[in-house]
Amino acid sequence: MKTPTTTERVVITGTGIVCPLGNDVKTFWEGILSGRSGIDFTTVFDASTFPTTFDAEVKDYDFRQCIRQPQLHEKCSRSSGFALGAAAQACKQAGLDVETAHPNDGIDRTRMGIYLGAGEGSFDNDAFFGSLVAGWDAQQQQLNWPRSIRFAMEHMKPAKELEQEPNMAAAHISLLTGARGPVRSCLTACAASTQAVGEAMMLIRRGDADVMIAGGAHSMIHPLGITGFNLLTALSRRNDSPQTASRPFSGSRDGFVIGEGAAILILESLTSARRRGARILAEVVGYGSSSDAFRVTDMHEEGRGAIQAMRAAIADAGLTTQDIDYVNTHGTSTQENDSIETLAIKAVFGDRAKQVPASSIKSMLGHLIGAAGAAELIAAVLAIRDDVVPPTMNLHDPDPKLDLDYVPDVPRKMPVRVVMKESFGFGGQNNVVILKQYSEEGSKRVS
Amino acid sequence: MTTPRVVITGLGAVTPLGLTVEETWAGLSAGRCGIARIKAFDPTGFPCELGGEVPPYRIQDHVPKSFRKAVKLMCRDIELAVVAAKEAVASSGLVTKGVDPEKVTVDPTRIGITLGSGMISCDLTELGPAVGVSTTDGQFDLHKWGKDGLSHITPLWLLKYLPNMLACHIGIIHDIQGPSNTITCAEASAHLAIGEAAQIIARGGADIALAGAAEAKINMMVLVRQNQLYRTVRGRNDAPETACRPFDVDAAGMVCGEGAGIVVLESLDHAQSRNARILAEVEGIGQSHSLNPAYEHLEPDGTGIRIAVEKALADAGIGPEDLDLIIPHGTAIPQDDLAEARGLQDALGSATGRISVWPTKSMLSATGAAAGAIDVIAAVRAMNERVIPPARNFTKPAAGCDLNIPTERREGRIRRALCCSYTHGGQTAAVVLRAFEGDGAK
Repeated sequence: MKTPTTTERVVITGTGIVCPLGNDVKTFWEGILSGRSGIDFTTVFDASTFPTTFDAEVKDYDFRQCIRQPQLHEKCSRSSGFALGAAAQACKQAGLDVETAHPNDGIDRTRMGIYLGAGEGSFDNDAFFGSLVAGWDAQQQQLNWPRSIRFAMEHMKPAKELEQEPNMAAAHISLLTGARGPVRSCLTACAASTQAVGEAMMLIRRGDADVMIAGGAHSMIHPLGITGFNLLTALSRRNDSPQTASRPFSGSRDGFVIGEGAAILILESLTSARRRGARILAEVVGYGSSSDAFRVTDMHEEGRGAIQAMRAAIADAGLTTQDIDYVNTHGTSTQENDSIETLAIKAVFGDRAKQVPASSIKSMLGHLIGAAGAAELIAAVLAIRDDVVPPTMNLHDPDPKLDLDYVPDVPRKMPVRVVMKESFGFGGQNNVVILKQYSEEGSKRVS
Repeated sequence: MTTPRVVITGLGAVTPLGLTVEETWAGLSAGRCGIARIKAFDPTGFPCELGGEVPPYRIQDHVPKSFRKAVKLMCRDIELAVVAAKEAVASSGLVTKGVDPEKVTVDPTRIGITLGSGMISCDLTELGPAVGVSTTDGQFDLHKWGKDGLSHITPLWLLKYLPNMLACHIGIIHDIQGPSNTITCAEASAHLAIGEAAQIIARGGADIALAGAAEAKINMMVLVRQNQLYRTVRGRNDAPETACRPFDVDAAGMVCGEGAGIVVLESLDHAQSRNARILAEVEGIGQSHSLNPAYEHLEPDGTGIRIAVEKALADAGIGPEDLDLIIPHGTAIPQDDLAEARGLQDALGSATGRISVWPTKSMLSATGAAAGAIDVIAAVRAMNERVIPPARNFTKPAAGCDLNIPTERREGRIRRALCCSYTHGGQTAAVVLRAFEGDGAK
């Protein structure tokens, strides 16, 4: 393969979000800094008899209001709709033209790519379960396939079914923006969009693209998704108090709160951003990825993979742990994650571990699964912009074994130049991205 | 500064033509067809009752003893990937934990894994008992499902169907602790995964990577949408072996199948330092996107394919005249075949007529994400054997598909092969492979 012609610095020139705390970046950030919760009882479907009856949903959102040509995306899924809105916002902030055959923003579309961590589309419950009911033979305890097939062929809507595939969110953004460069979509569970941003940075560094539309879009808030997480007993069951259910690092944490949404960051080579005179929000300086190779069901007990990914990202950035001002944690509010993540941070930061603020905004936002990392990276961009560390809410009864500085209850004003964002996925993928305040002289990375 | 060259040192394939690379290659080179009436379930009611199914196997025979319990957590897609990975690792000569935990020759932190996966549809029979207790007056009742249905499903059910679980299981078996990613770009996934893994090695993120994809499209819910969209062939149920006819004047649609293809990628330095058998070099990756509001088809002029091919050639630093073989995506959906042919013709110009084009889906069926990886393996074998087998089910080209598709076996040196893929959402990808002849010179 070709020799890289560049060791391009990669900067962020746009952000966009559609999430349980609001459908734009400003509302999202105001929510985070005021400690607001985006969590409430499930309305997407009737979950009243499920073990968990609440979640973190996107509210009052219609992608048709966010773009000029919604008719081109009419059949798109719930999460692709989120992705369209977030991408439109991010492009607008970055000064990139959308929905035009003749963009006038100076970016060659074959050098504009997309990298999303994205999940399945909307689920046609009636047709799916209807097909099963039609074919299930309770006497024989087996499926009569032709009966199921007949029902499904009559009731499923083909264009909607096509939108089930996880590559479709990227396809919609491609049509929105005209992007013809590297277009990828990945799904490494809860680590997906952090990985997407990391790999998108690598594509720009390699010289394959000038602009990457990177981030995530996901909604698992449908009966089968919620069924799956309930069965795993991964969700909080605090049905009497949804707003305090997500309590990362707390002694009484009992599971995560599932959310949904989309978050998009515009990554751009510094050369391109300077040439266009784009406003630079932050620099992406490091990325590390690893896998636990441990168990299907559990994280490695000592956080081996998490530690390796953090160290790889720090090395990639040419930084040391001394340089990191804030760790935006994965912090899901499960017993396992929060304990092991704490261990891993201690292993990486050593004596300094307790001095580095490490908070989880999932306490307010819920867990956006594939889109979580990108949403939290936008919080990291804003933390750098405003010199403030967002809080971990609902941390009222500390776990004695978890003794880092989780920034409980209120945001903390302090200089924030470098943020480490970590995400760990079911199945053992660990991804870490490091953002830095942009300055002319640049990073120390040598490669 | 030079980029490390990335080579292929191991191959593993599970396809409708066999459970190994050798069986698959034997089938391909004999022009055998792996398509038949679907056996996994009774497909009566589908306009297309055909499929490309993998021959029977026992998954327990393909995992280490210590891992046999975990096969309960494997859906079909995971199983296929695990079997292909076992063969790929074995053929590379690397000793991982999965080969022999006592004699491991690799640093687990320096191996990565990047696999393509489809959106895995669940096994419907598994949900049957839960649905059985969740009806009221013959209609599905979500209240009862939440209250009573859930207890009829195994607790770890979700973990069987997450796309990243292919890489997770293989990672545990072989102790792969380096970068791990799962690309979910439908049929383009395998080429994108191989490309990304090669780039990770090139940038020093790993010395070795398993890359490829697996998908089982023989699932009722998957087939519903392919049938409804008229993507699958109609009216050929009585002639399975001639049903799928890429680029042929009688092409009338695709046949869905299942399979897995995994390659072992390695930096050239690492491969040479251990005297590995080098099968081919990954020389270039290109990708782009088709812009068509009618998402289920490529844009008619094939621009997305053209750009991906041009970028792959540029990445390899070669021109169209350097190619001797193309394995196209070629589904046998007429308008997509035509668009792909146009894209190839525009990218390759006057060289188009000279380069042999060998479609494989007439034999292998459309194996979703896996297809691109199986094609890469077929191309490597063709280069190694210096043979291009005849195209099956191709008699006369469809109008506008002016490609050089051989109907007779061709022998001779194949310097480079190009593999292409695209998705119904629009992603396009191309991979350039170079025959490795030991010279090392470029």
